[in-house]
Amino acid sequence: MVRVLGIFVGLGFVAAVAWSLLWGLVAYVGNPPEQTAEARLHEHPRHIAYSFDGPFGRFDEQQLQRGFQVFKEVCSACHSMSQVAFRDLRQIGYSEAEVRAIADQWQIQVPSINPDTGEATTRKAIPADRFPSPYANEVMARAANNNALPPDLSLMAKAREGGPAYIESLLTGYHNPPAGFQVPANLHYNPYFPNLNLAMPPPLVADGQVTYAPGNPAPTRAQMAHDVSAFLMWAAEPNLQSRHRAGMVVLIFLIFATILGYLAYQNVWHGPGSRRVRPTGALDPENMARTAEAKRDAGVAG
Amino acid sequence: MSFPWAEEYKPKHPLMRWLDDRLPLPRLAYGALGGGYPVPRNLNYMWNFGVLAGLALVLQLATGIVLAMHYNSNADTAFNSVEHIMRDVNQGWFLRYAHANGASFFFIVTYLHIFRGLYYGSYKAPREMVWMLGLVIFLLMMATAFMGYVLPWGQMSFWAAKVITGLFGAIPVVGEPIQHWLLGGFAPDQPTLTRFFSLHYLLPFVIAGVIILHIWAIHIPGSGNPTGVDVKTPQDTVPFHPYYTAKDGWFAGLWMILLAILVFYLPNYLGHPVNYVPANPLSTPSHIVPEWYFWPFYAILRAFTSDFILPAKLWGVLAMFSSILLLFFLPWLDKSPVRSGAYRPMFRIFFVVLIIDVLVLGWLGGLPAEEPYVMLSQVATAYYFAHFLIILPILSMVERTKPLPYSISESVLHGEAAEAAPADLTGASPAQV
Repeated sequence: MVRVLGIFVGLGFVAAVAWSLLWGLVAYVGNPPEQTAEARLHEHPRHIAYSFDGPFGRFDEQQLQRGFQVFKEVCSACHSMSQVAFRDLRQIGYSEAEVRAIADQWQIQVPSINPDTGEATTRKAIPADRFPSPYANEVMARAANNNALPPDLSLMAKAREGGPAYIESLLTGYHNPPAGFQVPANLHYNPYFPNLNLAMPPPLVADGQVTYAPGNPAPTRAQMAHDVSAFLMWAAEPNLQSRHRAGMVVLIFLIFATILGYLAYQNVWHGPGSRRVRPTGALDPENMARTAEAKRDAGVAG
Repeated sequence: MSFPWAEEYKPKHPLMRWLDDRLPLPRLAYGALGGGYPVPRNLNYMWNFGVLAGLALVLQLATGIVLAMHYNSNADTAFNSVEHIMRDVNQGWFLRYAHANGASFFFIVTYLHIFRGLYYGSYKAPREMVWMLGLVIFLLMMATAFMGYVLPWGQMSFWAAKVITGLFGAIPVVGEPIQHWLLGGFAPDQPTLTRFFSLHYLLPFVIAGVIILHIWAIHIPGSGNPTGVDVKTPQDTVPFHPYYTAKDGWFAGLWMILLAILVFYLPNYLGHPVNYVPANPLSTPSHIVPEWYFWPFYAILRAFTSDFILPAKLWGVLAMFSSILLLFFLPWLDKSPVRSGAYRPMFRIFFVVLIIDVLVLGWLGGLPAEEPYVMLSQVATAYYFAHFLIILPILSMVERTKPLPYSISESVLHGEAAEAAPADLTGASPAQV
C-alpha cells in the first residue's frame, strides 16, 4: 500500500518538475539567454602573493605600517574602520607612545559631550578609541560622495570574494572603458567591480602620493595598493598569525595522538589477546564442506 | 541488552559496588558503550560516523556555550559582538571558527552516516525506529544550523532568514500568518533574532535527548553490519569496548585533523564573504545562498519554476520538505528482504546514481538560478524523487539478489570482510571449503 501510494506521489513530483523543465527548455531554445556586458567584461581578482599566505604565512610588520600610512593619508578621508582601535596598532609594531601620538593627532575627532554643559562636542582620540568615522552619519556620507556610501573597511578583506587580492586588483584596475561602453555620470569604470561602474574615483593617482620612511620600497601605485591590501587583511583578521601558530601545535598534537590511537587499535584487534573467529561447530571446514555438498545436492544456491 | 552473551557489569572496587547498588550509572555506560555491548565483528569504517556525529555535537555545545557568554542578541549590536569575539575575547577567534566549521563537520559526518544507512539498509526491520529517530535528529540539526547562521546578523544571515521564513508564506491560507508568527513581525528584525537565539540554544539539548533515544533503539536489535545478516553466535560479535572504542578513537583523531586544518588554515572557506557585511534590509545581495549543507535542498526548492495545478512556489516548498519527509517511509517503500546493498546488484547501480545526483544537486544549489543550471537541477530533482518513490518500490519487487553468507563469522573466515576482527585459521584451510 505504501509502495503504491509512494509511486503515485513520486509520479506527481516528477510530472510537476518535468512540466517546469519543459517550459524552461521552450524558453531556452526560443530565446537563449544573452551574456550581459557585466558577465563579459567582469574580471576576477588577479593572483597575488602575500606574506601571510599558506600555513606558515606571517604579517610583514614594515608592510603593515606602510599600508597603515596609505590608509591614514588616502582611504581614511572617506572610509571608516570602526572595528579597529588605535590600541590595536601595537600589534603591527608601533610603540605605546607612537600609538598615543597617532590617536592624538588623528584628523577626525571623537564625538563627545562637554562635561560642563552636556552639549555635543568632539575631543581628541585616545588609544582606547576605535577609528572615528569621517562622517557623522550616513546622510552626511552620501551627501559628500554623490549619494554613494563609502563602506567601512574593517572587514573588507574578508567581505569580498578574493579578499586582499580583490582590493589590490580593484585599486590598480581602473582604466578607460572599452569602446562603446557608456559609463554613467559620476561613476568610474573598473572591471574588477561586480557591476563595472564604481562610485569611488581612483584613490591612488600618482607614484609617490604617500611618502614612505627611508629604507622602504619606492611608493609606486602598485606598491601602495599592495601594502594597503595587506594592511586591510590585518585589520580584518588581526589574529591570523596566532591562528597559524596555534594550528601547527594542534596539528602536531593531533597527529601524534592519532598515531598512538592507531597503534592501540592494531594492538586490540590484531594483538595476542584479540578474540578471533575459530572455525568450530557449523564453521568447521569439514562441516562446511558437508553443508555445501548437501546444498549442491538439493540445488540450493550459496 | 541485545544478546544473551552480553557480558554483565561486575564492579570490582568497593566504591563502584556501592554506587552500583544505588545509582547504576556505570552499569548503564558499560552496557551502552562498554564491554557489555556485543557488536558485529565485521563493521567497516562507514560505521564510525555515528560516534563522530556525537563528538561533533559535543564540540558544538562546548564552543557554543562559551560563545553565548560573549554574544549579544540585539539587532543593533549582534554583528559587532561577533567581531568583539573575533578581536577582543581571548581565543575568541578559535571558538567562533571552531563553532562555524564544527557545524560543517557535523553535517559532513551526518551525511556519511545517513548514506551508510541508505546503502546497507539500516532503515529496514527491525531498525525502523532507529532510522526515524535519526531523521528527527537531522531535521533538528537543520533548524539549529539555520538559526545559528542568522545570529551574526550579517547580510546573508538576514536574507537567509527572510527567504527561509518566506517559504512558509507559500502555504495556502495559513502561510502568511505562520510566517509572521515565526518572524515576530513582517520582516526579520529584533524579535526574530531574539527568538532564534533562544531556540538555537535550546535545540541542541533536544538533539542530545533524541540521540539518547536513537542509541537506546539501536541497542534493542544491536548494530547492523555490512553483510546485513543477523548476528547468530557469540563468535559473530566482539565487545564494543575495547574493540570499537579503539577503532572509533583513532578514526576520530583522523577527522579531528581534517577539522583542525579547516579551523586554523581555511576558516572562511566554507562560509560566504557577504556575511561579513552587516545586515541591511534595504540592500538585497546579488546572490542569496544558504550554507553548503543546504544546497541540495535549495536546488530542489528552486527547480519548480512553472505552475502545474498548484503554484510553482508551493511545489518547490512541498518538494523541499518532502525530500526529507519521504525518508521516513523508506522502510516500507523498499521491501527487499536483503538489507545490504552489497548483495543487491541493481540497487547498487541506482545507489551510485543517487550519490551523483545529490552531489550535482548540491553543486547546482550553490550556483545562481540561471540557465542551463535550472534545467539541470530539474532533471536531478526528478531523479531524486523517482529514486525513492518509484525505483526502490519496483526494484524491491523485481530484483534478483546475490546469495548471502551463512553468518558473519563465515564471511570473516572467507576473507570477505577485510576490516573485520581477525580469524584464527590454524589447522583450517578455508580456501578448500
